[in-house]
Amino acid sequence: MYDIEEIRDDFPILKREVNGKPLVYLDNAATPQKPRQVLDTLNGYYEQHNANIHRAVHRLAEEATAAYESAREKVACFLGAPETTGLIFTRSTTESINLVAHAWGRKNLHEEDEIVLTETEHHSNLVPWQLAAQATGAKLRFIPIREDGTLDMEEAQRLIGSRTKLVSCVHASNVLGTTNPIESLTELAHETGALMLVDGAQSAPHMPVSVEELGCEFFACSGHKMLGPTGVGVLWGKPEILEEMNPFLGGGEMIREVHLDHSTWNDLPYKFEAGTMNIAQAVGLGTAVDYLDELGMENVLKHERWLGEYAYSRLSEVEEITIYGPENGRTGLVSFSLPNIHPHDLSQLLDEEGVAIRSGHHCCQPLMRRLGVTATSRASFYVYNTGEDVDALVEALLLAREFFGSFSGLKL
Amino acid sequence: MMRELYTQIIMDHYRCPRNHGALEHPDLEEHLLNPLCGDEVTVYATFDEDGGVAEARFEGSGCSISQASASMMTERLAGKSLEEAETEIDNFKAMMVGEMEFPENDELAALKGVIRYPSRIKCAVLAWTAFSNGLYSGERPGGGGDRDH
Repeated sequence: MYDIEEIRDDFPILKREVNGKPLVYLDNAATPQKPRQVLDTLNGYYEQHNANIHRAVHRLAEEATAAYESAREKVACFLGAPETTGLIFTRSTTESINLVAHAWGRKNLHEEDEIVLTETEHHSNLVPWQLAAQATGAKLRFIPIREDGTLDMEEAQRLIGSRTKLVSCVHASNVLGTTNPIESLTELAHETGALMLVDGAQSAPHMPVSVEELGCEFFACSGHKMLGPTGVGVLWGKPEILEEMNPFLGGGEMIREVHLDHSTWNDLPYKFEAGTMNIAQAVGLGTAVDYLDELGMENVLKHERWLGEYAYSRLSEVEEITIYGPENGRTGLVSFSLPNIHPHDLSQLLDEEGVAIRSGHHCCQPLMRRLGVTATSRASFYVYNTGEDVDALVEALLLAREFFGSFSGLKL
Repeated sequence: MMRELYTQIIMDHYRCPRNHGALEHPDLEEHLLNPLCGDEVTVYATFDEDGGVAEARFEGSGCSISQASASMMTERLAGKSLEEAETEIDNFKAMMVGEMEFPENDELAALKGVIRYPSRIKCAVLAWTAFSNGLYSGERPGGGGDRDH
């Protein structure tokens, strides 16, 4: 059913070598590789259908518009959205969150209002709220994590109160491998009349997601993290809330009527899609979503959970390693560090073996401080990774350690 | 290939950094973070009567390249006049982007291998940029604060 060899065949880049070794690509949380089907869609779009959408009356424009709107339907369906009116294409998760922070935040936040985030947020779900807070006088509050990296829900209960206007939380952490209890947070938010935003950059690509079941008001994710091209992101919002919001960017397409001194706004979702969108990329995302649907997100989740747990257990065998986040219930990524080898050096040494991992703060500087490190190494998996990839990682780690160890006898 | 990047000299400075630790009453103190990776360094210096670098030290956390380069920098800049220090920094940066050759018998040539890895050049120049920022920040009485950069 889940034929890994067949899947790997769909990703041409997996056949390349790095430093004379087969590529072992384990930086999927940053961006995964793209299947041939998506690449063919991009080519096909430009070779056969390219035109600007929603405007001209000619065949190509109609085909391009149909392809773009069909991608919207596919993505809405993939995210369990009840309709397409709330499904807005953006450039990225970052832009989606900025859209809400501006168009909703600037209008609805006032002094003494509170926005509740967590200590684990990616900068993209932190900095936009810092800016919104500076502009409106609202205050930021942070739900802490427990030692194992899971959210302290008792503190969440204490922090979410009558002043809370919005709770915004990462669904799956890009560092800890945790999945946060969004339903419970949404319930807490709704009890006090606050809205709920979910940063789904690391969940939508890796597990079944239904915005309707999550109950949130906003859900943001990135196309390129779910096998789509770069340059397209998604914001889903409840239409009745989007309707009340100010526009984000002004320009073509988002208007209904324009006068020299004022304008009125287009219907949803076009009100939030100013200017020429990343049309080909959105269409490519539609194909990516078809691809994931065909695999089945339950199967993807199961495969990655197995990889995450296998990686955790194999890495645990490495002496003196520190692995961040809980042992069980992990998503398909593992952050770790080795004493005396900086993550940067480790990445470089692994690259020599053809193994691509990420090192650094993963756009989570506050979380790094909380963990007491400046950087970690991270291996993150996706649909095409195998147990052999994990074995190659561990083998390369041992080689790296041996290499660094060979210098340790040095004295001045 | 890794032996070209991770040379004995680099690993030696990384394991046993020279002039490591804060200065209590520095004339120059400058912190710099590499936002891409989180490496950080703080450089300290005292100046002699003529404005030359009397003592240079550093503190920080980061990869072998950034920390070894910082260590080598403190050795290189101590005892240099302001002008010489500025030239050393400019030359080092030029060498790291391939605009200048490393002199053969110069210890800094140990960092030559880094040039092949563009993402690591930032690590190598971090402390040097911090020192340069400190020189030009204008906080230093009679220093190079009037110079734009």
